[in-house]
Amino acid sequence: MASSAEADLRTRIQDWLPKIVLAPSFAVTLLFVYGFILFTVFLSFTGSKMLPNYTLIGWENYRKLWALENWHIAIVNIGIFASLYIVICTVLGLMLAIFLDQKIRGEGVLRPIYLYPMALSFIVTGTAWKWFLDPGIGLEHVMQLWGWESFSFTWIKDNNMAIYTIVIAAVWQTSGFVMAMFLAGLRGIDNEILKAAQIDGASSFQLYRRIVIPMLRPAFLSSFVILSHLAIKSYDLVIALTGGGPGRATEMPATFMYSYTFTRNQMGIGAASAVIMLMTIAAIMVPYLYAELKEKQ
Amino acid sequence: MMSAVSQDTAVNTGQIARTFIYLLLLLFALFYLLPLYVMVVNSLKPLSEVTGGNMMALPETWTLEAWKSAWSTAQIGVSPTGLEPYFLNSILMVVPAVAISTVIGALNGYVLTKWRFRFDTIVFGLMLFSCFIPFQIVLIPMAMVLGKLGLAGTVPGLVLVHVVYGIGFTTLYYRNYYATFPTELVRAAQIDGAGFFRIFWRILLPISGPITVVSVIWQFTNIWNDFLFGVSFGGTSQPMTAALNNLVQSSTGVKEYNVHFAGAIIAALPTLFVYIVAGRYFVRGLMAGSVKG
Repeated sequence: MASSAEADLRTRIQDWLPKIVLAPSFAVTLLFVYGFILFTVFLSFTGSKMLPNYTLIGWENYRKLWALENWHIAIVNIGIFASLYIVICTVLGLMLAIFLDQKIRGEGVLRPIYLYPMALSFIVTGTAWKWFLDPGIGLEHVMQLWGWESFSFTWIKDNNMAIYTIVIAAVWQTSGFVMAMFLAGLRGIDNEILKAAQIDGASSFQLYRRIVIPMLRPAFLSSFVILSHLAIKSYDLVIALTGGGPGRATEMPATFMYSYTFTRNQMGIGAASAVIMLMTIAAIMVPYLYAELKEKQ
Repeated sequence: MMSAVSQDTAVNTGQIARTFIYLLLLLFALFYLLPLYVMVVNSLKPLSEVTGGNMMALPETWTLEAWKSAWSTAQIGVSPTGLEPYFLNSILMVVPAVAISTVIGALNGYVLTKWRFRFDTIVFGLMLFSCFIPFQIVLIPMAMVLGKLGLAGTVPGLVLVHVVYGIGFTTLYYRNYYATFPTELVRAAQIDGAGFFRIFWRILLPISGPITVVSVIWQFTNIWNDFLFGVSFGGTSQPMTAALNNLVQSSTGVKEYNVHFAGAIIAALPTLFVYIVAGRYFVRGLMAGSVKG
């Protein structure tokens, strides 16, 4: 009698064990991700300055945020940066992948060279490009030493051009990764289809435009999602490369949020900017993840 | 002849086109290698040669002074400690954070594929979305919670943060990997009387080698390279990335470019090393994190 009750208990524990094992992770996610998101949303409606303050002030922080010159700069910059970064990475990645897929000798050497920047931290990338683009010791100086006296490349010191140096460094870091995604897509295409099209007299160019590139749709989608999410989160690279300068010329939402929250003691406004960043990413990620998970079921 | 070559590619390209492709590919190899070359070469020069000379030229006098200085005497913030203590902080942070998040991810993946329950996809979806949030949204409450726990500015605090925001990815890896493993085997073992952990230990774990390498590399690279959490919650126990940024951005004194370069390479060495010895798995992790399945 006693032993059967014991056995019963053991089965019941076995039944519950999987849920007990998963529960801490789920609880931590609920608290540290979704609880924190709700808390930050809440803060964005309060008059928090240096410390959190729980008096509600309605949409005041959002009104102030959108009236701030710095936020406007940040929004324009993220628009320029994200669109150029995504387009250039995609075009470059696709081009390199197609070229590498032509039975290239030495592919095994080239591929890791294209991809290694992805293993570096953005702080290292920023440091390297900061000095490489510095007119005093970098590219400009070298070109002049090599006899091209009039060569000038001062983008990193130029209010209007500095944002493009961030694009250059970011493309350098991630375009190899996009290449790898497209290459995997290309290798997954059935050669029979291509051969059939060729027998029908399609030229290489037509073959790629009409058949291969449309078949890479999933790779385009994944790289778009990954790149846009990297772009909006970009904080490290801006800090290391330009520090948001010259002046505030390369301010981005990520740097804006940090400085308003932690150095300018405008926590409510900082929280509001974080909420807008989250909404932007969610608008891209949620449909994508939803589709991926649904497909799986 | 041409069609014989294209057994596998199925696409014919002419000789001129091929030359052009090779040239372009080499040009881009140069583009990707150049910043690394500049860093390495200039870290081996005395400062006068960096500021007065040509960035592209090899050193006239080879010296390891900049490396020594970056490691042990360079000014980081207020004290001339070099990067050494921060390097140790990073190691003390990375090792437990990677180990814990990988073990948790493996167990989660096992539950989510072999012990499915109602709404498990929603649970997984919620965990998965957490991989992609901009961390700015959690910075303020996280700072408050770490303060309350007495973990602000400590290495254990950083370990906690990285575990919390890392389990989404590790769970994703193991879930997708275990999903391809036949569930019938698990059910058969269950009928033979094997329990939850026994099945995991005896059946799933022995086949988990490849995905564990992927997960460990991914977590190691991400956590080592993290800057935002390090600079926000590191306090006096800042990791390597934050220290490197301090070194490079310091506005006092002469800018010692050669020391900055040496410091940047020291910061990059562990992840570069992993990439060189296990690049294949690194790429797999990247792909699994984007193209699921």
